[in-house]
Amino acid sequence: MSFNIVVLAKQVPDTRNVGKDAMKADGTVNRAALPAIYNPEDLNALEQALRLKSKIGDATVQVLTMGPARAAEIIRESMYRGADGGFLLSGREFAGSDTLATSYALAAAIRRIGKVDLIISGRQAIDGDTAQVGPQVAEKLGLPQITYAEEILDLSNGTITVRRRLERGVEVVKGPLPMVVTVNGSAAPCRPRHAKLTLKYKNAMSVSEQQASSTDYTDTYHTFTIPEWGVADIEHEAQWLGLSGSPTKVKQIESVVFTAKESKQLTAADTDIEELIKELIANHTIG
Amino acid sequence: MNNIFVYLEIEDGIVGDVSLELLTKGRQLADQQKCKLEAVAAGYQLDKIGAQVFPFGVDTLYLADDKRLAPYTTLPHTSLLVNLFKEEKPQIALMGATSIGRDLGPRVSSALFSGLTADCTSLEIGSYEDKKAGKVYTDLLYQIRPAFGGNIVATIVNPDCRPQMATVREGVMKKEIRDPEYKGKTKKLEISKYVKDEDFIIEVIERHMEKSKLNLKNSHIIITGGYGMGSAENFKLLYDLASVLGGEVGASRAAVDAGFAEHERQIGQTGVTVRPKLYIACGVSGQIQHIAGMQESAMIISINSDPHAPINTIADYVITGTVEDVIPKMIKYYKKNSK
Repeated sequence: MSFNIVVLAKQVPDTRNVGKDAMKADGTVNRAALPAIYNPEDLNALEQALRLKSKIGDATVQVLTMGPARAAEIIRESMYRGADGGFLLSGREFAGSDTLATSYALAAAIRRIGKVDLIISGRQAIDGDTAQVGPQVAEKLGLPQITYAEEILDLSNGTITVRRRLERGVEVVKGPLPMVVTVNGSAAPCRPRHAKLTLKYKNAMSVSEQQASSTDYTDTYHTFTIPEWGVADIEHEAQWLGLSGSPTKVKQIESVVFTAKESKQLTAADTDIEELIKELIANHTIG
Repeated sequence: MNNIFVYLEIEDGIVGDVSLELLTKGRQLADQQKCKLEAVAAGYQLDKIGAQVFPFGVDTLYLADDKRLAPYTTLPHTSLLVNLFKEEKPQIALMGATSIGRDLGPRVSSALFSGLTADCTSLEIGSYEDKKAGKVYTDLLYQIRPAFGGNIVATIVNPDCRPQMATVREGVMKKEIRDPEYKGKTKKLEISKYVKDEDFIIEVIERHMEKSKLNLKNSHIIITGGYGMGSAENFKLLYDLASVLGGEVGASRAAVDAGFAEHERQIGQTGVTVRPKLYIACGVSGQIQHIAGMQESAMIISINSDPHAPINTIADYVITGTVEDVIPKMIKYYKKNSK
C-alpha cells in the first residue's frame, strides 16, 4: 500500500516585502498591494515530502490548502514541483477562522482524504507568524507531532526520525507514524519548478476556476481538475467553523505609527562627532 | 480558582529567563485581578525550582517531577497542563514564545478549545463589548501583538473561553523580583493522575543545547548594522566600535539575510528584542519590524547617509554621513576624551 503524505500549505500576502502603499489611509491592510505567495516554510515542507516520495518510491504527496478560489494556485505550484495533486478547501463558512477553527476544518478534510501516514506543514505562515495550526491539527486528529523540523533523517518500520532546529541547539527525535511534522525555514529550500510538469499542469484548475475562465476546457486533453471541497464535503459541526469556531476575537487593529522624537541633527564633521562623544561620556551613557 | 498560571521552562534545573519575565508580568496581572499567581514546573529533579521562582511572587508552585518528563516532549507536558487546567480552571495561562511554548501552547488550546495568541508584545486587562451579542465583558486579558509583518498591532481577546492563553518572546517583558522573602506553597502532582504512559512515544535520541555565547539582551550598548553597511567587511568597523565602548554588535534582518552577520545577532520582531542604554544604528533604514525590537532603547543614535531614513524619526541623535567616515571618528574621539 502506498505511503500517503499530505502537505498543509497556505497562500499568504507577502508581508516581507511591504511597500509604502501596504497600508491604506484608514489603517487597514491594502491586500491588493501585497502579492499572494506560497508561504515560505510550506515550501520547505513540500521539499521534505518530495524527498521522502523519491526515497520511498511507492508514495503520494497531496497538498491541502484552505483559502479563496485563487488559492488553487498553491496546488498548481506544488504540482509543478512534483506533488501528485491536492485539495482546495474553500467556502464562505470558513471565513473569519482563527487558528483553532482553521485546524478544525483542516483536520476534517484530512479525515476525508482517508489513509494518511504523514502530515507535513511549514512551522508558521508569514501573515500571522503563530505556528499554531500544525500542532492544533495534530491535537484534533489525536496524532503526535514534531515541530521545528529541519530534516527528516529516516523513515522505517513505522517510525520517523527527525532533526529539530531549536533556538539554542538541535535535537534528534524519533516517533511512531502517523505523525504531524512542521518544518523550519532553516530546512532545505524547495526544488524549483520542473519544466515538463509546469507545462503539463499549467491548465490544472479547480471547477470554479474553469467556470470563471473563458476557455472551453471540455475538449482539452489531459486536463487535471483540482478537487475543490466545500463545507458539505467534510464531516463537521457548523459551530466549530469560521467565526463561531474561533475563540479569539479581534478587539482592535491599529496601524503602527512610531512617535517621532525631536532628533538632534549632526554632521560627520569632526567637531560634531567630538561634541557628541563628550556629551555621552559626561552623562555616563558610555565610558 | 481562576488564577493566573505560568508554565516554567527548565533547562538543567534552571528556570529560563522567559519564564521569569512571564512571572513578573503574571504577578502584576494577578495583583490587578486580585487572584493568585501559580506556576507549573514539569521535569526531573525539581527541588531547586521553588527557590528560583518564589521571589517573583508565586503563590503556588505545582511540581511534576518525573524522570520521563525531561527533556521536554510534547504529549506528556500537554496532558499534564490539560488535566491540571481542567481541575484548576485558570483564567489566564502564559508561556514563552519559544520552541517549547509554541509547541505546547497550541496543543493545549486545541484540547481545551481555548483561544491562544502567539508572540504578544503587551498584556493588559480591560473590557470588551460584543456589539452583535449585546454583551459586555470585563476583566479580560488584552493580548496585544503585531501582525502582518509588524505593520499593524492587533488587540485580541478571548471573551468566552478559558484559560485565556498567550505566548510572549524572551526579552519582551521585564524581569523583576517581587520580594526575595516571598513565600508560596508547593504542591507535588501525582504524575499518573495527569499523564498516560502512551504519551511517552517520542524518544529524544540526541540533544545538543548551547548556551548562547552572545548576550545581546543584556548588553547596555548595542551597535547595529543594517543593509546599508554594504558588506560583511564593513561590519568590522562595528566590532571595533563595540570593543572600544564595551558593547555588542547587532544586525537588522536585511543585513542578516545578506550574510553580513549571523542570525543570532538579528534584532527586531523576528529576532531579539532589546532595550539597551545606548543603541547606535548604522546604515539601518528602520523597517517597522526592526524598530519594534529596539524602540525602547534609552538613547538612539542613527548614522545614515540618507537624512530621510525612517529610523531617524525615533533617534535622539541623527548623524548624516557614511559609516566609514563617522565610526573611526567616534573611536578616535572616545579614546581621546575618556579617562
